[in-house]
Amino acid sequence: MLEQIFQFLVAGITVGSIYALVGLGFALIYNASDVVNFAQGEFVMLGAMTAIALLGAGLPLALAAIAATLLTALTGLLLERCAIEPAHGASVVTTIIITIGAAIFLRGVASLLWGKNSLPLPAFSGNEPINLGGATLLPQSLWVLGGTVLLVGLTRAFLNRTLLGKALLACSFNPAAAQLVGINVKVMLRLAYGLSAGLGAIAGILAAPITFSSYEAGIMLGLKGFSAAIVGGIGNPMGAVAGGLLLGILEALGAGLISSGYKDAIAFVFVLMVLFFEPTGLFGHKVAERV
Amino acid sequence: MLIQRLIRIFIAIMLLAGVNGVSAAEPIKIGTFLTVTGPAAFLGDPELKTLQMVIEDLNAKGGLNGRKIELVHYDTGGNAREALNFVKRLIQKDQVDLIVGGTTSGDSLAVIPEVEKARIPLISLAGAVEIIEPVRKWVFKVAHTDRMAAAKIFEDLRKRGLNKVALITGDGGFDKSGREQVLKLAPEYGMTLVADESYGNKDTDMTTQLTKIRATDAQAIINFGFGQAPAIVTKNIKQLGINLPVYQSHGVASKTFIDLAGEAAEGVRLPAAALVVAEQLPDTDPQKPVLLAYKKEYEAKHGPVSTFGGHAYDGIMIAAEAIKRAGGTDKAKMRDEIEKTSGFIGTAGVFNMTQKDHMGLNLYAFKMVEIRDGAWKIVE
Repeated sequence: MLEQIFQFLVAGITVGSIYALVGLGFALIYNASDVVNFAQGEFVMLGAMTAIALLGAGLPLALAAIAATLLTALTGLLLERCAIEPAHGASVVTTIIITIGAAIFLRGVASLLWGKNSLPLPAFSGNEPINLGGATLLPQSLWVLGGTVLLVGLTRAFLNRTLLGKALLACSFNPAAAQLVGINVKVMLRLAYGLSAGLGAIAGILAAPITFSSYEAGIMLGLKGFSAAIVGGIGNPMGAVAGGLLLGILEALGAGLISSGYKDAIAFVFVLMVLFFEPTGLFGHKVAERV
Repeated sequence: MLIQRLIRIFIAIMLLAGVNGVSAAEPIKIGTFLTVTGPAAFLGDPELKTLQMVIEDLNAKGGLNGRKIELVHYDTGGNAREALNFVKRLIQKDQVDLIVGGTTSGDSLAVIPEVEKARIPLISLAGAVEIIEPVRKWVFKVAHTDRMAAAKIFEDLRKRGLNKVALITGDGGFDKSGREQVLKLAPEYGMTLVADESYGNKDTDMTTQLTKIRATDAQAIINFGFGQAPAIVTKNIKQLGINLPVYQSHGVASKTFIDLAGEAAEGVRLPAAALVVAEQLPDTDPQKPVLLAYKKEYEAKHGPVSTFGGHAYDGIMIAAEAIKRAGGTDKAKMRDEIEKTSGFIGTAGVFNMTQKDHMGLNLYAFKMVEIRDGAWKIVE
């Protein structure tokens, strides 16, 4: 039984770290403009699908991954420039609706480019399961975990330690004041979308060997990532990670110990409880104070 | 003024004549509603391409009874309510003569009352046995049922002397219907189900459910589902080091599954239509030429065939044969002729419909195949 629970935990952490990685991408755009970008899941899908396509075209895996990340970042940037920027001055809700439209558009383009089948990406370091005290996990899970730790660290450092990151945060608190002290808000927003898309792409590429990818893979990943982000407190990179892991572990334990039929219900009831008692998320107090 | 009026009258007469001219060889209108987008898109996509391809061919050969065929298509996106709206539109606005379609069981079941009311023949491409059971006067289907798949799997298990099975299924309509058939048929074949787990079709990890299965004394695992989830299940089984025979359903009988599951797919068995193993059939098999011809033509245009496109081929061809025999598009006559379909060699098998059986396939239509070296092998 103990061995089983250990395996449940491993499964939960694997899935949870994927949610966390996706959730992380929400933070940057939210920090820059208070907007929840519902096309974030599509960035995740674009990253994975582009990498798969480039790999298919003969590029080595590492190169395909890097190129896919850059291309997706560019897509994010273009999205901001062509769809978000023209709506300058619109309310947050309007912008969110634009991102939903962008998500549908990106999904459509992906289905035309790559068809409607799920596609695999080969694992980075083989498929030989690693045995950990009776529980097994795939080497790719370690890549996802490592990627999560690294990217969270980088995002946090970027937002809190660099001038650029602080400028980004300033744009969200008060765009007019930020403009007055010489921050180019427009450029900051483009940067936020580009970086978010890049982060999403990395998440997609790291997870694709486990989850596969298809033109609509972004819907579910985006939803779960968003849940992770709000549970942890949206805007806080550490929150996304905690939220993602919590969600993943709850799903796995719920499926394993109670019933696999109620897996999602258990996780979403938890999300509702968190929102009910801690509307700013588990780690979201800081945001509330700063406002 | 007078000249203008004369011109108008002249144009009106021309138009009327034109309309009359068309009505002399008015096209046969075949309606279809498929799931070309959404989660079941990989089913509906090859179906639509097949319908368009076959109709183009038939028209190039002069159509049916000297009339061209026109396809009217709506994409339901897998939404049963939309399916119903589109079928109403096909019947009332487009006034089609016959309907081929319903990619998913949900879509097909939703439109049955409307079709029965309008008294128009429907040939469904979906799997669930409920579509033709109980028999409805105007409803036919051409895809293998999930009950046949379950029976085929149990037959194979019995041959191998295994009787304790663990079941794991997704949360889609196909999965649930398959699960019901497995549960229903298990006692008939002397099978004991030692686990009955489920997962969400968009889940990315099923090791939790499989860990529970590992703890039982199951001798084999059956997974009913389609899309990417069964591939993840197969990979997770390998990851957990579970060394049991794995059975998948006909829902994954496409190359995509092998591509997704990779090495983990080795040794997986599933009941599949003969289309995926067309080349391996003996030359004496009556289906072989039909399968190879369809495969060749489809692959030249669209890439690898799937059995789902095959169902569309069977559906439209059965309809075409029936229209030919009926000598026109009288709905009641077409219906009677479809019901009389016998010895029709399709991609799914040899169809022998009767008043009591609006599908007309037997278990022989399924081949038990195993995945070896990344390819399908018949193991009967």
